[in-house]
Amino acid sequence: MTAFWSFVRKETRHILRDRQTLAVLLLMPVAMVLLFGYAIRTDVEGVRVLVVDPSRDVRSTDLTQAVASTTALRLVGVEASVGGVEPRLRAGEADVALVLPVDFARRYARGTAEVLVVSDGINANFASSAESYVRTLVQQWSASQGGGAPIVRTAVRMRFNPTLASENLFVPGLLAFVLTLVSALMTAISIAREKESGTMEVLLVSPLRPLQIVVGKVAPYLVLAFVNALTALAVARLVFGVPVRGSVTLLLVASLLFVLVSLALGVLISSRVPDQRTAMMSTLLGLLIPTLMLTGFIFPIASLPGWLQPVTNVVPATWYIIIARGVMLKGIGLAVLWKELLILTVMAIVLLAASARSLKDRLE
Amino acid sequence: MNPNPTPDAAVWARDLTRTFGTFTAVDAISFEVARGEVFGFLGANGAGKTTAIKMLTGLLAPTSGEATTAGYDVAKEPDAVKRRIGYMSQRFALYDDLTVAENVRFYGGVYGLSDDAIETRMTNALETLGFAHVRRERVGRLPLGWKQKLAFSVALLHEPEVVFLDEPTGGVDPVTRRQFWEMIYAAAARGTTVFVTTHYMDEAEYCDRVSIMVAGRIAALGTPSELKQQFDTDSMDGVFVKLVRPDRPTA
Repeated sequence: MTAFWSFVRKETRHILRDRQTLAVLLLMPVAMVLLFGYAIRTDVEGVRVLVVDPSRDVRSTDLTQAVASTTALRLVGVEASVGGVEPRLRAGEADVALVLPVDFARRYARGTAEVLVVSDGINANFASSAESYVRTLVQQWSASQGGGAPIVRTAVRMRFNPTLASENLFVPGLLAFVLTLVSALMTAISIAREKESGTMEVLLVSPLRPLQIVVGKVAPYLVLAFVNALTALAVARLVFGVPVRGSVTLLLVASLLFVLVSLALGVLISSRVPDQRTAMMSTLLGLLIPTLMLTGFIFPIASLPGWLQPVTNVVPATWYIIIARGVMLKGIGLAVLWKELLILTVMAIVLLAASARSLKDRLE
Repeated sequence: MNPNPTPDAAVWARDLTRTFGTFTAVDAISFEVARGEVFGFLGANGAGKTTAIKMLTGLLAPTSGEATTAGYDVAKEPDAVKRRIGYMSQRFALYDDLTVAENVRFYGGVYGLSDDAIETRMTNALETLGFAHVRRERVGRLPLGWKQKLAFSVALLHEPEVVFLDEPTGGVDPVTRRQFWEMIYAAAARGTTVFVTTHYMDEAEYCDRVSIMVAGRIAALGTPSELKQQFDTDSMDGVFVKLVRPDRPTA
């Protein structure tokens, strides 16, 4: 055990001594929350629309048809009452609901028809795009019916994220990004550095076991990753008022699983590359860019090309972001998120086993 | 051949072999190194030296054959072997961003020494080297020769039975090399077995005995004077060239 603690102490010294890197690592979450606080604009396609039509008359059926025949929109169902809206939005089956009033045709004729557009505000950019698509559709339909000025008014109600604050949306993705950066990139570089400088040989010949070397390497970064996660959450809350509606414990457990996955990927990468530069490039291309692009962090998965969408399933951050968004913004718990947690757990186990094995193989 | 290792052999190998696929890196080598001996382990690049050292230090399992280091079977008890050996590689192996004292404490801790033991041994070692004043200096600021001598002292800190030096004097000036060999002799005089690889043939002359590997086999083994006689030449350089390039006449 002395040997192991000596190793952890040495690793901690390396981190504390490199003041510049440490400062960058500690300040990055703050800088990024502030930078990303100003929304990233996105365009969307295939907005899934749920129509609520209690009257089912000529006019309402016609409007429903208009929804179904618009290329940017996709009709996912027609409900008879507004009660069906919330569960289906919550379950992620629809992006937006178009709620028509009772007796639609008569009210329309009198010019008092008012329709309601309800959207899931979790993804603020997506929600505002979706809402405007539906609003435009209703106005166009109205124009084609009466030929005069639009007499259908739209009202928008955002659920889950009532203020439509986009910072609520990006904080979970940012957590994923920062945790990936600290866990995967820093451990990959740190192990590659030992290989490059020749100290890895000395460590391997020493009584330290390979597993102790791996655990000793990742332990200090685990602490650093948690400090970063808490900093990002604190800044998001203090500056933008981003809430954590659900269980903080669940969020931290998911973060721990995600950090383990990232650490394992870092070890896996570093065991296969000869030097720090390759370690850095591989981690950036292989992990950080997918975390930004293929997880719904910046671009909604729905707006990616069809062939690329399945790829998002193998990016660990995709699942972590779903959990973090659910816990922070919707306040949902294990009952809904167990599947995503299970996927992360399986990924952690498989990747840790693979990385330990890869490291062992490379020693021979 | 006696199947049992000589009880006091520091390093003992019999038919030690390692293959990678169809390539035989080390081909049934057998030799014995006595305790306190300075043993030169020579060979051209790619002759199998590194693979042999990896097996003798318990890093790599042999494909066949047997070996013991410090009396422990390298295949069956690699952990016992690792605790009893020291190692210094051709590439410099201390941490540049840590101070001299921090490096010493780290390696001491890795080999399970108590804090008190580390302090006492560090003070002695630094005084012997004349490095007491750089104790709190970062290693990265020291000249290469100093680093090399320090690395050797660190490799000896836990008083290993056998110390493996893999081209320890690569890239240092002749004066430092001379001082380095004085340190090697001092360690051997205290009973530490020194197992050293080198590319400098003048250094081979300093060894008690020398083995020369060619294509995975030990092509020659003996004291420097025995080898010079056997190959009818007046320098180890001549011996080496005759073995490694048999088709070429010696200069």
